[in-house]
Amino acid sequence: MKKITIDNIETTFKNERNVLEVARNLGIELPTFCYQPELSIFGSCRMCLVEVEGRGILPACSTVPWEGMVIQTNTSQIRSIRKMILEMMLASHDQQCTICPKSENCRLQSFAKQHGVDEVRFQSFKPEAEKDFSSLAITRDQTKCVLCGNCVRMCDEIQSVDALKFSFRGAKAKVGTFLDKGIGFEECIGCAQCVKVCPVGALNERHNIKEVWNAVYDKNKTVVVQISPAARVTLGELFGKDAGTRVTGKIITALKRMGFDKVFDTCFAADFTVVEEGNEFLARKKKGENLPLFTSCCPGWVKFAEQNFPDLVGNLSSAKSPQQMLGSMIKDRLTTDMKIKREDLVVVALMPCTAKKFEAAREELSVNGNPDVDFVLTTNELALMIKERGLDFNKLTESELDEPFGLSTGAGIIFGSSGGVSEAVLRYAAETLEKGSTPDLKKLRADKDLKITEIKLGGETLRLGAVSGLKNARKLIEDVKSSKTKLDIIEVMACPGGCVNGGGQPRATVNKAVSKKRAGGLYNNDKVLSERISSNNPGLKKIYADMGEKKAHNLLHTHHQHRQKNKNEGYVIDETPGEKSLHLDICFGASCLKNGGQELYLGVMKHLRENNLVEKTEFKATYCMKICTKGPVLRVNGKQLEKCSVDMAIAEIKKAK
Amino acid sequence: MELTKFEKVCEILDKYEKDPGNLIAILGGVQEEYSYLPEDVITFVATALGVTPGHVYGVATFYAHFTLEPKGKYVIKVCDGTACHVRKSGDVIKTFESELGLTETRKTSEDMLFTLEVVACIGACGLAPVITINEDVYAAMTIEKTKELVAEYKRREAEGQ
Ligand code: SF4
Ligand code: SF4
Ligand code: FES
Ligand code: FES
Repeated sequence: MKKITIDNIETTFKNERNVLEVARNLGIELPTFCYQPELSIFGSCRMCLVEVEGRGILPACSTVPWEGMVIQTNTSQIRSIRKMILEMMLASHDQQCTICPKSENCRLQSFAKQHGVDEVRFQSFKPEAEKDFSSLAITRDQTKCVLCGNCVRMCDEIQSVDALKFSFRGAKAKVGTFLDKGIGFEECIGCAQCVKVCPVGALNERHNIKEVWNAVYDKNKTVVVQISPAARVTLGELFGKDAGTRVTGKIITALKRMGFDKVFDTCFAADFTVVEEGNEFLARKKKGENLPLFTSCCPGWVKFAEQNFPDLVGNLSSAKSPQQMLGSMIKDRLTTDMKIKREDLVVVALMPCTAKKFEAAREELSVNGNPDVDFVLTTNELALMIKERGLDFNKLTESELDEPFGLSTGAGIIFGSSGGVSEAVLRYAAETLEKGSTPDLKKLRADKDLKITEIKLGGETLRLGAVSGLKNARKLIEDVKSSKTKLDIIEVMACPGGCVNGGGQPRATVNKAVSKKRAGGLYNNDKVLSERISSNNPGLKKIYADMGEKKAHNLLHTHHQHRQKNKNEGYVIDETPGEKSLHLDICFGASCLKNGGQELYLGVMKHLRENNLVEKTEFKATYCMKICTKGPVLRVNGKQLEKCSVDMAIAEIKKAK
Repeated sequence: MELTKFEKVCEILDKYEKDPGNLIAILGGVQEEYSYLPEDVITFVATALGVTPGHVYGVATFYAHFTLEPKGKYVIKVCDGTACHVRKSGDVIKTFESELGLTETRKTSEDMLFTLEVVACIGACGLAPVITINEDVYAAMTIEKTKELVAEYKRREAEGQ
């Protein structure tokens, strides 16, 4: 224990990483933009300045405390510096607060108020408007950015996606994307974790509120909504309730009052996911194929896997996510039951997640161009809509979910927490293999990024891993590939802590504690339900019986693909003009380059030069031909050569002549 | 026959062992060959190094000596340091722009002959306003002189010199 004095209060510290943490422990709030406890320290915004006796003014976030340190946090000099920083930020900011989605949730706004900024003394230069609507999940507005770098570090350090980067320098510095093509071009997986750490309105969830209102007010449409487990324990936070408070009944009433025709339970479909995924696992285990099985209900993770681990795409469960299973069941069933056309039935999903917006738009999850889920609303969006509709949420009575997709088991509910999907699948597998067994799954509920547990069932040992945060997932996959870790089932959630902390959830200031409460809300819900094993859901049994096996498989399963990392369309890379008789298209995607794409290219070029063919050849480079496990790939006049060697290529080129 | 663009890029990548830590040296090598960093090459380099094109873009835009656009055959640098500025380098810049069809964002003429760059003081204040075209220095520029110079270079070009 070492001594430190802050604002004349003597206190002690142990292993706090910086002065800022010591001050906060003492209840002294220092304003910060660029400090984010789970990320590395950046020290750029200078809002956290403090005066250290004998050392002058230092940023608290990047100053390690020492024994006997004496600090003042609120001298008049510091106050005026802070005020000046805020004014400078405002001078280069578009100041359109009233129409900003982050209004009332923005640190620039609240700090300006707190620090008494009542004028901006610097000449305001309106930055070039540069709004980015290229992604289905998030939107960007550079004119509001304060360059704190939180998003850049989040995407890299926690998600290892690296989609947002600083570009340029000095006055032109900004957070950018490759050649300003927009975030939709990049490898972004749509998790919106960057949105959650952006202190201002520069990054936002993409809203679909207008589209949903339009559907609700359209007399020709029947609009139904499904509500996910994670949203029901967090929406209350936006109306003053404690984290983890279950407000399912009120949400249903609100939705009905807003004009939705029916409210269904995504957890109902989660029970199907469990059964389908469980059966798939048991079958794979029997055959010893495609193991470990990776869960596929997190769309952020699925896109990440498709982009980065083509060799593991076959290990993803082919079971659709609960959102998509319910979407296809609703559209299948209600079109018959209610005798309406598919186009006139609109399915909305209330989700904690922005990546679900991308999932809903996947082509393979639609029928003749009509998606199984039309719109996804996040928890935050629903709160806005409830307010817009003029409902006093806390005064609403409670209502029940609608049949036939309204009843779920506890297993379906805990999907919203990291470890929950594994637990649900295991409950089902245990029941199938050893009726009446109750495996101990406490380890899966630990508040950790990586949880591994082992259970014995039917004479076999099963090893399960549940991981959240994609950097952690990447690491785990590397360990599994190198056989350092052996696992049978791996559950991956892109957002740290799972869906309860999804990118569409209310922002929390003290992340860890809130996330625990939110997960607690789900586990409590599970406890009070009479059925806790998915296969015991009575509705599920009935629907399986009605559908028959073949149809069930069609409605409940999907396929995954090898996905190009970013959206470039390939480039013509030859430099000679004129008539071309030979057309070559080589894959320069990451997998192909790793598997000898460069050597193939050089070998082919050598052959072309030696045979005077360079000028007759049009050479194109494509950045993934979506058969990554069969690379390197070369197309000669349209004929695709897989695992192509230089000799194979030359032979084909000779034939082509 | 000479190696093609991508063959050379492959050579540069191999020379630096495809190590992302050598990114700046790799980009330097590419720029030396092509005088700028073309989009297709950035994409290729990034993929080969296992980083994102956005990452390479971030590095390339951070350092002033990298350029992402091809430059014209003649690079015109107009000094806009204080001395030149008060002696109306602004007029010179405007004249170049109008004569060559350039704007603030469009720096290189359509025919790829001229690139206009505005630079900070080049340390020749005695010659203000001063410009350089490639290696040649022109002093005490006026609107008239600027027009003549452009005509002169265009004529030379037409005569194939
Ligand atoms: S949404 Fe996720 S993947 Fe996309 S830029 Fe933000 S943090 Fe990165
Ligand atoms: S976009 Fe937001 S999080 Fe990213 S640097 Fe700008 S202000 Fe910070
Ligand atoms: S919070 Fe310390 S410099 Fe930004
Ligand atoms: S990298 Fe995907 S097919 Fe070549």
